[in-house]
Amino acid sequence: MYLGELSGLKIGQATRDAFGDALKELGDKYPGIVTVDGDVGNSTRTEVFAHAYPERAFNVGIAESNMVSVAGGLASTGHIPVVASFAAFLLCNAYDQIRMSISFPHMNVKLVGTHAGISIGEDGPSQMGIEDVSLACSLPGMVVIVTADAVSTKAATAAMLEYDGPVYLRLGRPKVSEIYTEGDTFEIGKANTVREGDDVTIIANGLMVAGAIDAATKLAEEGVSVRVIDMHTVKPLDVEAIQKAAHETRAIVVAEEHLSHGGLGSAVAMAVSQANPVPMAYVNVGDCFAESGDPQGLLDKYGLTAAAIIEAVKKVK
Amino acid sequence: MAAQANALSLEELKEKGKVLRRLIIRMTTEAGSGHPSSSLSAVEVVNALWFGGFMKYDPENPTWEARDRFILSKGHAVPVLYAAMAEAGYFSEDDVMTLRKLGSPFEGHPNMKRLPGIEASTGSLGQGLSLGIGQALGARLNDNGSNVFVVIGDGEMGEGQVWEALAAAEKYKLGNLTAIIDQNGYQQTGATHDVLDLGSFEEKIAAFGWYVQTIEGNDQAAVVEALENAANVTDRPKAIISKTKKGYGILPILEETGDVNYHGKPLSPELAEKALAFLA
Repeated sequence: MYLGELSGLKIGQATRDAFGDALKELGDKYPGIVTVDGDVGNSTRTEVFAHAYPERAFNVGIAESNMVSVAGGLASTGHIPVVASFAAFLLCNAYDQIRMSISFPHMNVKLVGTHAGISIGEDGPSQMGIEDVSLACSLPGMVVIVTADAVSTKAATAAMLEYDGPVYLRLGRPKVSEIYTEGDTFEIGKANTVREGDDVTIIANGLMVAGAIDAATKLAEEGVSVRVIDMHTVKPLDVEAIQKAAHETRAIVVAEEHLSHGGLGSAVAMAVSQANPVPMAYVNVGDCFAESGDPQGLLDKYGLTAAAIIEAVKKVK
Repeated sequence: MAAQANALSLEELKEKGKVLRRLIIRMTTEAGSGHPSSSLSAVEVVNALWFGGFMKYDPENPTWEARDRFILSKGHAVPVLYAAMAEAGYFSEDDVMTLRKLGSPFEGHPNMKRLPGIEASTGSLGQGLSLGIGQALGARLNDNGSNVFVVIGDGEMGEGQVWEALAAAEKYKLGNLTAIIDQNGYQQTGATHDVLDLGSFEEKIAAFGWYVQTIEGNDQAAVVEALENAANVTDRPKAIISKTKKGYGILPILEETGDVNYHGKPLSPELAEKALAFLA
């Protein structure tokens, strides 16, 4: 079973694969794109771009600090560096470099963290970026995007290249459900309501959007009308959509593949508390490092499932 | 364009060096904080780069694409950069006297977002050489003949990122990148060989495949000659180990204080008076 199966969603590409394809496709439209890689291009899929545009691809070796600052230098000469690595190593290893070489001077650099969340599976907790959203959101001026499927990832890749400034895009390793179809809109900072409902709102991002749709499908059978919002941009947050949901549905559940602190849940709670406080519940990894195991087993064990979301909905309704 | 066409003679450079030193002392004493001694050690290098004909730049057009880039990786020494840029015509001496004051773009460390002509925001040590690699690669892609110069502190060489960068610059054979290590021998709490002895920079950097030259970095003629030699090397990155003295130019005045390191302290108004008189 995978997230999205209950609601009849098909399994599609992994978001990292969609990113690699999109980057290559956009190579001609944005001649400024250069990739800076810390020798994981075959995992992050920047290699797809690198094969098409070898003169615009730089692999600086296993040296994330240097990698990020090199990208800052390239941006200051008018290029659009895309720096991809595992989310854990990009945000945690090179945080000071992201802060000083990218965020503080507001460089037009696109940071792409792949293998985020516990769904990377067997490689274990050292490889799981589960605090990356919190770290990225802490940086002034940083746009933070977490995509749910292949179509929205392609759209997000185009949108972040069009945007002038630093962006963090979070991607996952496994194949995920298809939520969107070609032509659906994606706008940085503008949430997508993927299912209408009146009784409760589930705000989710990443692979938990499919879980939320599953939960909504199941709850509909019990007569509960659930709104599902894909909050793909954590910063800047679509506060209007959140406050509207709080007002209209009077209860909110936030679901994300991230630690309990500093991620989407924290951001949504701040927005809700400022205008229209309503009961809230949270589905996330909690305050712990996970462990090695198969992805589905991990999602079950750490409570990132439709069942866990349903339980959370019942707490707030 | 400024620079190459207007290269100063050696005698003129030496006079300019005194002007820079006086301005460094005045601005840090006025601010009541800052790093004058770390700035003073690098005067001859910065002076030669900006006024000896080694950098292309245009104060009237600070974003001119083909300009050369100067990165002060040891960002705490920014008074030497502000002094050089004031002399080059980016802004006035009066402007830089607002150093470190609220509202002034002359911050305690370089901030490229607030001051046109600053090429890198620095102050977290170790990142300047990597930024320089990015700019050198960018210049190569832009095919505009732009060169990049990075001044790094010797204490700063303790940062691992510098060694990551040394390897990467050699991989890409960045002949348009020159690193100058201001080896003044001291860092915050004492002598660099006591805090973390990295041995011979010359041997280690040469082992990465760089062109390396070691000079007496407070000897203006030696600095000019070393930069000329480096300019002739175009097939690989270049390093100049610049052996200097912290506080050079006013050493007898600082020695009176009994503090040869004098890190992160401005001169008192009384001491500054003496230093300025000594430089006159």
